[in-house]
Amino acid sequence: MTHWLIAPVVLPALLAPFIVLAARYHIGIQRAFSVAGVLALIVIAAGLAWQASDGSVAIYQLGDWAAPFGIILVGDSLSTLMVLLTAVLALCVLLYAIGSGWDDRGRHFHALFQFQLMGIMGAFLTGDLFNLFVFFEVLLIASYGLMIHAGGTARLQAGVQYVLFNLIGSTLFLFALGSIYAETGTLNMADLAARVALIDPAETVGIRVASVLLLLVFAIKAAVVPLHFWLPSSYAEAPAPVAALFAIMTKVGAYAIIRVYTLVFPPEVEVTAGLHDLWLLPAALVSLAIGMIGVLAAKKLDRLVAFSVIGSMAMIMVSISLFTPTSIAAALYYVVHSTLAGAALFLISDLVRTGRGNVDLTTQAPAAGAALTAALFFSGAIAMAGLPPLSGFLGKLLVLDAAYGTDKMVWVWVIVLSSSLISILGFARAGSILFWKSHSVEHGEDELVMPRPANLSYVAVGGLIGLLALHTIFAGQVHGYTTRIAANLFAPTAYMEAVLDTPGKLSKPKTEEAH
Amino acid sequence: MELLVASAIGIMTAAGLYLVLRLRTFPVILGISLLTYAVNVFLFASGRLTVGASPVLRDDVTVYTDPLPQALVLTAIVISFGMTAVVVMIGLGAFLGSNDDHVDDQPEEGKP
Repeated sequence: MTHWLIAPVVLPALLAPFIVLAARYHIGIQRAFSVAGVLALIVIAAGLAWQASDGSVAIYQLGDWAAPFGIILVGDSLSTLMVLLTAVLALCVLLYAIGSGWDDRGRHFHALFQFQLMGIMGAFLTGDLFNLFVFFEVLLIASYGLMIHAGGTARLQAGVQYVLFNLIGSTLFLFALGSIYAETGTLNMADLAARVALIDPAETVGIRVASVLLLLVFAIKAAVVPLHFWLPSSYAEAPAPVAALFAIMTKVGAYAIIRVYTLVFPPEVEVTAGLHDLWLLPAALVSLAIGMIGVLAAKKLDRLVAFSVIGSMAMIMVSISLFTPTSIAAALYYVVHSTLAGAALFLISDLVRTGRGNVDLTTQAPAAGAALTAALFFSGAIAMAGLPPLSGFLGKLLVLDAAYGTDKMVWVWVIVLSSSLISILGFARAGSILFWKSHSVEHGEDELVMPRPANLSYVAVGGLIGLLALHTIFAGQVHGYTTRIAANLFAPTAYMEAVLDTPGKLSKPKTEEAH
Repeated sequence: MELLVASAIGIMTAAGLYLVLRLRTFPVILGISLLTYAVNVFLFASGRLTVGASPVLRDDVTVYTDPLPQALVLTAIVISFGMTAVVVMIGLGAFLGSNDDHVDDQPEEGKP
């Protein structure tokens, strides 16, 4: 058992208090440590992903307690992929925050940023449902601080909504955990999987309620209609680098759904049959439509991007809810794409704000640095709307292909294709108002000339767009990898054996049942 | 005993939901506190209700109560306590800034 698996959690957890205690008044030192920490995280995450890429499952028993009794961290190919994605995204976001000076507009940005990373990494790596709750709370409480970074009344009001909505979500999560524990007597995911399969189909009321409650909690995180109301104003009002980092937080919900509903409540278990195709798929299709209509209807660029994030999350949920190995592989490909594209668009909307002082979709004089910003917006919008040549197109193709031949095919194809058309219209409208029509307007005499955004900001956004291009060029390899991940997810014996059969302090976990 | 615990959870949840739906900061925060109390009692009940039993292994004891829910409840109490403090501070800031304690978005002036 190596200790590297816990490093993505421990490193930010140590770095954050260090930044608060030792480098409180020195933004330069904070920046240096924060960037160094994230670079180290990328190296560690790449090592873990490399280790797990052959399908092996690494586990880490905290305090050397054997699985159903102690808390364990599990690094399989899915978790390590998400950890790597988070680390890479964090670097781009951090560079943007430093370049644009966002981190200096309030206190403790870097410390909160590290705590946020700690929570996200932990949520991806944990193998225990209650521990997942705890890491959700860690990432949420850091996100509350980041969300209201730099203050302002509008931001505080959006922050109140965001915090309250998530508090209700946490309460629901606890109710779900309580009912699961009452029904099965365990909260370890692998142990749960073994026990749920043994439940008598005639006595499933409790576990059914629990699984639906759990799905609701994850759907709140993933902003599926009708639980999406918190997302537009919180993401639009949050500082841009924070909103870009939040692009991975909605994916935590998607990850949790994939993990729990392939491992604990797989589609073939009678207890929860019908949950995905009867409830999740229609909800996902409706949120896809609402997200893309929101893109067309938005009056501000930041709202537009927030709605496009709802739409692309819904695309992932559509793919997940088909629940075949092909569709999960497509969903995972789209998760990577949607994270990078969503983050890039949030940062671009901040470039626009820096260049012209607001993000209203009205015709105004050309913004400072408009040419480069326009080029970035063009590629970001192409990626998000799903046009060739970027990865959004390939991702949508994979989702459509996964739906081909199923009895839901008509619905999925019609809504995916028509919502794509609407989103293309929405992005085209926004782009032409912001960048093309602006040349017909002269600068007023008394208007302040806004500064051009810093070069480092452009480097950060360009890095995200470059990653999207790589994601497109190496689509074959990436999709091959996600296909292998999906195959592992649908054959969870290796995962369960690694978790339950590794000996620890309480010698034989299989023979000593807790109940 | 079961009836008492179950009805306590039910009443607290109902009252909490009612307060949350008031959509003003103070009642909503009170409502969420009530909901967290309800869920804490609920977590206790998830380990089966046993009165006066020991949670820790001893030589001369035969009846035990499940110790795990107690640990879970302790974690949940700490987290909900911290979260409530955070939301009170943010809510106070929002109220002092805008002189308005509505939780939901208010329609802008001059629009229906």
